[in-house]
Amino acid sequence: MLLIECPWCGPRDDQDFTYGGEAHIARPERPEKLSDEQWGDYLFMRSNPKGTHLERWVCNGCRRWFNVCRDTVTDEITAVYRMGEKPPGAIKKAGRKS
Amino acid sequence: MPEKYQWQSALATLGLEARALAPVAEPGVTLSERRVGTQLVIRGDAAEAEFAAGVSSVLGLDLPTEPKTAHRKGDRTLLWLGPDEWLAVVAGEGEDRLAVSLAEALVDLHHAIADVSHSRAVIGLEGPRAREVLMKGTNVDLHPRVFAEGSCVQAHLGRCHMLLHQLDAAPRYDIYVHRSFAVYAWSWLSDASREYGLSIASSGAVR
Amino acid sequence: MTSQPFRRLEGGLIDRDRPLTFRFDGSTFTGYAGDTLASALLANGVTLVGRSFKYHRRRGIVAAGVEEPNALATLREGNRQEPNLRATQVELFDGLTASSQNRWPSLDFDVGGINNILSRFLPAGFYYKTFMWPAGAWMFYERFIRAAAGLGKAPLLGDPDYYERRHAHCDVLVVGAGPAGLSAALAAGRSGARVILVDDNAALGGSLRGDTATINEVPALAWVDEVGGTLEALENVRILTRATAVGYYDQNLITVCERVADHLARPDPHQPRQRLWWVRAKRVVLATGAIERPLVFANNDLPGVMLASAVRTYQLQYAVKCGRRAVVFTNNDSAYSCVSALMGGGVPVSAVVDTRASGPGDAARKIVDSSGVECLFGHAVVGALGRQRVTSVEVMALADGGSRVTGRSRVIDCDLLCVSGGWNPTVHLFSQSQGKLRYDEGLTSFVPDASSQAESSAGAARGELGLDACLRGGIEAGAEAARLAGFTPTEDVEAARCDHVDEAPVEALWAVPLPARRHGKRFVDLQNDVTAEDVALADREGYQSVEHLKRYTTLGMGTDQGRTSNVNGLAILAGLRDSDIPSVGTTTFRPPFNPVTLGTITAREVGADLAPLRLSPMHDWHAGVGANFVTVGLWLRTQFYARPGEAMMEAINREVLAVRNAVGMVDVSTLGKIEIQGRDAAEFLERVYINRWTNLQVGRCRYGFMLREDGFILDDGTTTRVADNNFYMTTTTAQAGPVMAHLEYYAQTVWPELHVHLTSVTDQWAGMAIAGPRSREVLAAACEGGDVGDESLPFMGYLESRIAGVPVRLFRMTFSGEMAYEVHTPSDYGIRVWEALMAAGKDFAITPYGTEAMSVLRIEKGHVVGAELDGRTIPADFGFERMQKKDRDFIGKRSLERPALAYGPRKRFVGLISEDGRKIPRGAQLVWNPTAPKPVPMLGHVSSTCYSPNLGNYIALALLEDADGYQGKLLYASSPLTDSHVPVRVGHSVFIDPEGERARG
Repeated sequence: MLLIECPWCGPRDDQDFTYGGEAHIARPERPEKLSDEQWGDYLFMRSNPKGTHLERWVCNGCRRWFNVCRDTVTDEITAVYRMGEKPPGAIKKAGRKS
Repeated sequence: MPEKYQWQSALATLGLEARALAPVAEPGVTLSERRVGTQLVIRGDAAEAEFAAGVSSVLGLDLPTEPKTAHRKGDRTLLWLGPDEWLAVVAGEGEDRLAVSLAEALVDLHHAIADVSHSRAVIGLEGPRAREVLMKGTNVDLHPRVFAEGSCVQAHLGRCHMLLHQLDAAPRYDIYVHRSFAVYAWSWLSDASREYGLSIASSGAVR
Repeated sequence: MTSQPFRRLEGGLIDRDRPLTFRFDGSTFTGYAGDTLASALLANGVTLVGRSFKYHRRRGIVAAGVEEPNALATLREGNRQEPNLRATQVELFDGLTASSQNRWPSLDFDVGGINNILSRFLPAGFYYKTFMWPAGAWMFYERFIRAAAGLGKAPLLGDPDYYERRHAHCDVLVVGAGPAGLSAALAAGRSGARVILVDDNAALGGSLRGDTATINEVPALAWVDEVGGTLEALENVRILTRATAVGYYDQNLITVCERVADHLARPDPHQPRQRLWWVRAKRVVLATGAIERPLVFANNDLPGVMLASAVRTYQLQYAVKCGRRAVVFTNNDSAYSCVSALMGGGVPVSAVVDTRASGPGDAARKIVDSSGVECLFGHAVVGALGRQRVTSVEVMALADGGSRVTGRSRVIDCDLLCVSGGWNPTVHLFSQSQGKLRYDEGLTSFVPDASSQAESSAGAARGELGLDACLRGGIEAGAEAARLAGFTPTEDVEAARCDHVDEAPVEALWAVPLPARRHGKRFVDLQNDVTAEDVALADREGYQSVEHLKRYTTLGMGTDQGRTSNVNGLAILAGLRDSDIPSVGTTTFRPPFNPVTLGTITAREVGADLAPLRLSPMHDWHAGVGANFVTVGLWLRTQFYARPGEAMMEAINREVLAVRNAVGMVDVSTLGKIEIQGRDAAEFLERVYINRWTNLQVGRCRYGFMLREDGFILDDGTTTRVADNNFYMTTTTAQAGPVMAHLEYYAQTVWPELHVHLTSVTDQWAGMAIAGPRSREVLAAACEGGDVGDESLPFMGYLESRIAGVPVRLFRMTFSGEMAYEVHTPSDYGIRVWEALMAAGKDFAITPYGTEAMSVLRIEKGHVVGAELDGRTIPADFGFERMQKKDRDFIGKRSLERPALAYGPRKRFVGLISEDGRKIPRGAQLVWNPTAPKPVPMLGHVSSTCYSPNLGNYIALALLEDADGYQGKLLYASSPLTDSHVPVRVGHSVFIDPEGERARG
């Protein structure tokens, strides 16, 4: 069971959180301007990296969403940061499909 | 005033007043139904000085901005629920005016006030083994080094959610659970307490 | 038989003043407090304790602890019966009842023993090869094989005991309370860190409980007591005995199974039998010790062949002699302490057979020199002889580095053979933590290498077998763990002192070769009956990966998990493949380390505590009138209110007709309710609903659909503008949680710039719907002041009022299609308002109704619920496409424009009426002809079905392709599951009042 550190509530077991998928995928400002393929890409395509993954979780204590940087191989969590913030330091978002 | 009319608490079905009459020698745990009065969810930006001051002026309590802490004075409590969310709990007559007073004090600020007085039932838990009972049902660390008088946390209790507030070092706790889960939470707590010797106390302050 | 002939008269840690009576396989024996079942059986001379898994060979006790592969017993009887307990771990209590397993009809005469005679026809993989052909035949064989297989039988009666779960947090968790673990706990505890020390046994000390060493110039046990006392006095240290750390999970979560009452005949009242601790530790110190390896030679499974360390433990800790005359067979120095224990305890040792030509180190040599025991260096036991148990052993000289035996064999009489093949650090938990193992040539075993979590190993668990190294390593590991957890270790904690013993290195001998032209089973895995020959066979048949070897031969499986067999098996495989052991690798150790009874994992989440039951504020009223309840999600709701003598369908039909013809009332407190506040609240609703909200006036309600971003319907519901910047949303009961989560997600992550606040108020409000042509009259009679006519409360209007002196929110909306109102009041007033409405409705024959009638009413009216909004439907499927905003975006809009959703063809919503008056089956598929050749083309499916008392027939709602084309046509609602195929006529989805005149009054 993962131990995740909510930026407000501190470290808690993962059962106190809900997973919300990959982070930093912005909803398009003007969806009507996108082609079906572009919209499908926003809706369904995710990077699914082996290694560093930036993802969203919500704390079931304070009900706040936040970002987590987790290694998908080791499950090690190297950073947590608030919604709207950029990943700290050297952490880079894994490349999207080109 | 609705106070003078008949109402029924979430735990009324259990007949706790009658059970409170049975004496228990050296109970490890004492449970009681707590009737706390008005509960309001207050939303706003703690960084805005006027917001914090407005809440303070109406409630007579400083806004707790440190996560998982609560401020308490007499029968008034202000609990941190989130970075922009608090629960005000105020006992006593005529406190249904509280929401109006708060709204007036915060009128020019982005805020929200929701009356949740009937949303949660409150169960009092105290006694030398109270912490042991809670640790059966929550994965939050309640050791005095990290959770002490004035701490509060929203966590699991068995299969339901609770807002846990530690009132003193005895330890004495108030456990807020959603009303529809109250009977489950009570029976969960009383089952978990049984191995330590369980006493049931009469209700606290009446709404 | 109560004399305990193999019990020494003095010594040991048992309490001779507390004799205990117990039964094994029907015979009565006595033992003493402090015994295990195994030590008590040995004291009574019971050597045969089980039959083996596959060949049903006679088996005796081999070990003294968790590594015991053979002595699995069924404990207790009746509803407390529990199979597969290791006799070596069962603490003796008065009245204990145990029986052996895997034998029929009795242990001495076991019919299954025929398998031993047939064993040359039962090689590894036998079942795979024999019963998998021809295809399908397994179905036939399986029941016979299942009946014959397995160890022990699961109890059939309900468990009368209860179990607990307990969460715990600490800075340092120390696993194992032997010399290293005690030292680590002391160093960490003195620093002030929160320490939890867990140990499998009833008392602290680990290997020291059967040891004659001195520590700090006092006997080892005195040191254990002193450290234990110090630790108990520290308020920051918690000691758990009879507690096995069984699982090591992500981020230092360790589960510990505490056997609270297993040493008692039955738990005290209110006492749990076992408790599962979920420990989250900042640092973990694994001081789990090491397990002795057996040696592999012919007939090494005969009762009387035991691990040397176990024999020593029985001798010293339990004062039990494991035999009358012993031979010791070893490849390392540790077994020599067994020699001194045996000699000191009055068991003569005929010979020490040491595979090493150079013999042991000085300390060990001193033992044999002073006692005059014959030593055969460079020799090996090639076979154990005897039928019931060992009567003698056959010894030969080793040649060519142990690859063959040579010379004349010599037979030495003995009834006890003590073997030691070296030591395996107990790395199971380390391996579970994803730590990497390293093969240590000097130790001939795997030791922890790189840690993967915040953990370190100490003492024998990391391959440091000497007592002095354990004491020192424990202190270091404990102090380091405390430091890394943020504490400062105190200066005055130093390692306890003891003599250093110089040992000669262990010499690997993985399997003693068979003498030329000789047969005999050389067991590698005693629990799973896997021999060296089975490993060789697997290798020849191509199962060369160690993971394949495990699955093909079952080596290392079962409750044993390869404790004694793993390294021997790997090494034999490596030898066959001419490769080294590290390149063969090792299999994965999985949790749990020791079997955990399912009750302990479930803890108190059984029966009524399995899941919460959410109760409505009006629950007591419903219960008081004898309502029939049903669970809906977590909620307990009224299904119907049967009158005395009334059948279910009669009650439902009566309730439905009451609503259509007069007035009824239903509890809708379970609806989700959300307050949406803030100056952007209306804008927020515009974005999450498909229809328009900014133009909704204060005091009005509107029905709407909410979509997921992929275009499918998430939920429907009604939202009311209570004030300019304050909306009150209701959701369906089932979707209350998901809708709140959905809205929070968008408010916080997608549009954080919007000023909107969401508060769930589901529990704040009791809700009741009054419906029927007389509903307005009832409401008018109940409401205090204020008109509820069309002027002040029009269709889809909202009004705040009072009933019975308490505030209520009135909504004019309908689910049944009748004129209807919802009345919401703060929950504690729920019963009061409900009773007031019942009283006001008395003159109008108001009828309370339940979820069944509510469902019939909405099906008659063609209203959708979760059965239709199943995550595969869009608004257009129900004819709501005109509700969708065209001029602005909302969640899911862009997806609706994708070709598959925009152009179809899609199934659409229709109504069905039974053509022949039969019930329309639930979940049925709609087909042209149910008897057509399969697969029958499926045109649609039934989503909701009921009996309509208003139509006097069975009706249903369905989703059907080419819905317009099938209007008025006959189809079949086909349910192969129930073998019912009912002809149905396709029609409009609204059966009653399609113009909607009733609701508007």
